[in-house]
Amino acid sequence: MTEPRQNGLRDTDQRPIRLEGTRSRALDVARNRLLMAGAVFGLAFFIVAVRVIDLTAFAQVPRAGLVNDAPRPVVARGDIRDRNGVLLATSLPTASVFADPREIIDPEGAADKLVAVFPELNRDRLAAKLAEDRRFVWIRRNLVPDEQHAVNLLGIPGVGFVGEERRVYPQGNVAAHVLGLTNVDGQGVAGVEQSFNNRLGDGDGVRLSIDLRIQNAMREELQAAVREFRAIGAAGLVLDTRTGELLATVSLPDFDPNAPGANEDVRRFNRVTTGVYEMGSTFKLFTIAMGLDTGTTSLRGGYDASKPLKVARHRISDYHAKNRWLSVPEILVYSSNIGAAQMAMQVGGERQRDYLGRLGLLSRASIELPEVGAPLRPSPWRDINTMTVSFGHGIAVSPLQLTQAVAAVVNGGILRPTTILSLDGAPPPAGERVFSASTSRQMRALMRLVVRYGTGRNAEVAGYKVGGKTGTAEKLIAGRYRRDKRISSFVGAFPIDAPRYVVLAVIDEPKGNKRTYNYATGGWVAAPVVGAVVRRMAPMLGIAPVMDDESEPVQYRTKKAREAALRVAIGKTIARIRGSQLASN
Amino acid sequence: MAFPRTDTSLISRWWWTVDRWTLAAVLMIAGIGIVLTMAASPAVAERIGLDTFYFARRQSVYVPLALAVMFVTSLLSPKGVRRCCVIGCAIALALTIATLFVGPEVKGATRWIRIGGLSLQPSEFLKPTFAVVSAWFICASRQEQGFPGYFIATGLLMLCAAALLSQPDVGTTILIAGTWAVQIFLAGLPMILVVLVVLMFFGGALGAYFSFAHVRARVDHFLDPAVGEGYQIGRALEAFRSGGLFGRGPGEGRVKEQLPDAHADFIFAVAGEEFGLVVCLILVGLFAFVVLHGFGRALKDNNLFVVLAATSLLAQFGMQALFNMASTTHLIPPKGTTLPFISYGGSATIALAWTMGMVLALTRQRPDSGGER
Repeated sequence: MTEPRQNGLRDTDQRPIRLEGTRSRALDVARNRLLMAGAVFGLAFFIVAVRVIDLTAFAQVPRAGLVNDAPRPVVARGDIRDRNGVLLATSLPTASVFADPREIIDPEGAADKLVAVFPELNRDRLAAKLAEDRRFVWIRRNLVPDEQHAVNLLGIPGVGFVGEERRVYPQGNVAAHVLGLTNVDGQGVAGVEQSFNNRLGDGDGVRLSIDLRIQNAMREELQAAVREFRAIGAAGLVLDTRTGELLATVSLPDFDPNAPGANEDVRRFNRVTTGVYEMGSTFKLFTIAMGLDTGTTSLRGGYDASKPLKVARHRISDYHAKNRWLSVPEILVYSSNIGAAQMAMQVGGERQRDYLGRLGLLSRASIELPEVGAPLRPSPWRDINTMTVSFGHGIAVSPLQLTQAVAAVVNGGILRPTTILSLDGAPPPAGERVFSASTSRQMRALMRLVVRYGTGRNAEVAGYKVGGKTGTAEKLIAGRYRRDKRISSFVGAFPIDAPRYVVLAVIDEPKGNKRTYNYATGGWVAAPVVGAVVRRMAPMLGIAPVMDDESEPVQYRTKKAREAALRVAIGKTIARIRGSQLASN
Repeated sequence: MAFPRTDTSLISRWWWTVDRWTLAAVLMIAGIGIVLTMAASPAVAERIGLDTFYFARRQSVYVPLALAVMFVTSLLSPKGVRRCCVIGCAIALALTIATLFVGPEVKGATRWIRIGGLSLQPSEFLKPTFAVVSAWFICASRQEQGFPGYFIATGLLMLCAAALLSQPDVGTTILIAGTWAVQIFLAGLPMILVVLVVLMFFGGALGAYFSFAHVRARVDHFLDPAVGEGYQIGRALEAFRSGGLFGRGPGEGRVKEQLPDAHADFIFAVAGEEFGLVVCLILVGLFAFVVLHGFGRALKDNNLFVVLAATSLLAQFGMQALFNMASTTHLIPPKGTTLPFISYGGSATIALAWTMGMVLALTRQRPDSGGER
């Protein structure tokens, strides 16, 4: 191509005039048009400038969560604390990652990247989810900061975070059944989390009556017992007899509420409130209390236990059979079914039902937990039932109900509703009188004898005057009572002169071992647990041991010597009670 | 000044004849660009697994190189500019066509070509060279009876557009077509035809909408409020809002962590978030100044080729800046164009330096350029 000359044209000198005219005309047009173009550009830049001013200076407050993805410290759900303020459950702010599938350009590629961060996700399912025609799908909830960072680094458009909160249980398994669980949306689905869901959801805290130290002591002692006796489970309770507050409630096996998915249902089962069991001889406490309270019998009274009772097709015999007449204290101390059955018959089935009903043993326990089991009671309630119920067979109640009723026996005769919430010094509910104060005083004396001379000797703690009663019940499995599958329990109260706490330990299907001479009864497996718990909790609660002649452990070389000592002690007890009654009259 | 007027050396002549205002404005834009690349690119570099200052370091090599290119180019005479562009346009067009066959696919498009270990985007060089070559043809057609300059220029446009749309690169196509439109408008196209060309533009836009999925997606996002603001645009707008008058402060922005193209197409949003309204307005003002001051300079020139070429190069530069800023602020659907001298990119920065170097060369005071300056 030929290059034009300096002024851009060839042959200028040949057609100067015409071309000069064309040139200047063209230049004039170009200049006019250039001014127009300049105006258009100026306007366009002006519009951009106005838009930038509009965006920056007149914008509303930035919507949270889009540009500023820092976790917001607003935690909605309230904390759960123990009676001393120790944190049992709290919520931490976390981020959950979601996707807007309609903004995902490459679902397959995005799924590949996300699976690299979350190997537990199914890649194909995730890719399908990301390809759906929806505006919102969850990818994963409650990320740890590292994971959130990793997702951010992926830089996938259409993937975002939502600030959420995650429930955290700093104590792990320790109070799992009481605390319960929340689901992934932060709604309580078990335990206190469920029963106080609204209150917690409103951001209010809940302060439980549980004392974490005692809870922990009970749990450790029960775990040790379960291990030693190869039991399938255990339950334990500590109840304040004056207020109805539960200081400890343990059900084994337990679970970690921080990892709810990993727990089988069997671990979630709360043996304390949901499970109902035939409790066995601990029921004799109620039978004797009824006998005394109704005046049917007295501490001086007694029944013939020389031979098994035959009622219709049934045969009632004693485990520790003495084969002789037994006084009322002896019936409790030696745990005589024969004696208890006769006493119950004398009291009468109707009055028995009335007492048991007022002790809360015939209806569902009232406690602020969703998992409450209904007791199993005989129907119809015939004489034979009156007799078996007198020693705790043919009726199944929850450990919670038993503890509550025993508290009424020892605290002066008043049944108070049990609560899982801390009263925080508020006056306890008045409760309902079931037994007279005198009956309660006599029962305490008898329970002390059980621990000092009877089946509950393993619960003795020097200086703390534990009183109580053992229970060993064969489990009814497929319609048959099995000698090898038992519920062994011990319910204790201390200090027995003015009991402040009732402590119950229940071991499910313990197996005897060498140390216990193959015994797996309440006295051998449950009483030591209660003793150990009392030994640990009393100093925590500031209860000083009282050292007197009774605080020394006594060893008897023979059974006979102990029986003789018991008779002496019974005499002294009766005399002391009579003396105090005379004094109070 | 360091150069006395009596000094007739090359550099001294350059200094006294060059448009020093435009030069200063371009240098300021490039300076702001380096700062913004420093601000925006580390987050992007870290995200894609590169060294933190990978982009910043590379850009700080490109920019001085680009300034050198601009300086050398600005030494050329208009004739030299034209010669360079005729050759350059032929090479750039050939390479652009070559990308279709040998270029690697990046983000769904083949726009790159590797030459001797260097990766470059020939379409960036096609833009300015096309403008100059097309200006020459149109000018010739205007000044020489019977020379089919319009047809040659239009044919060249079609060829370039076909190559670019095959990549596909709709943004560059629109820029080139816009350049051509500015030229025929200046060359005195009858107003009725101007209206026709505008209609043709809308036709082309509709065509692009129906034939390119990514264009349709972008426009749908823009138009349909139910579909919502596109993710990137939404984030960009939030960035401006959170920036406010004076910004969140250098390095305090968050949008760069969320936008894949924070260092390129969306760098204006980073500027808005970290440096605020004031710096954004300064940027808009600088771009507007370069374009309008350059137009003013062209207005006084007596050489039609110079007027056409300089104006269309400036228009190209201005349109690119406008498209980028307008789409980042959600005034128009996203185009995928970069912000001149601000966005990261080697080919783009050097091609733009060449563009501005040619503008400086064309608007230099010459004996025949006319007017008092």
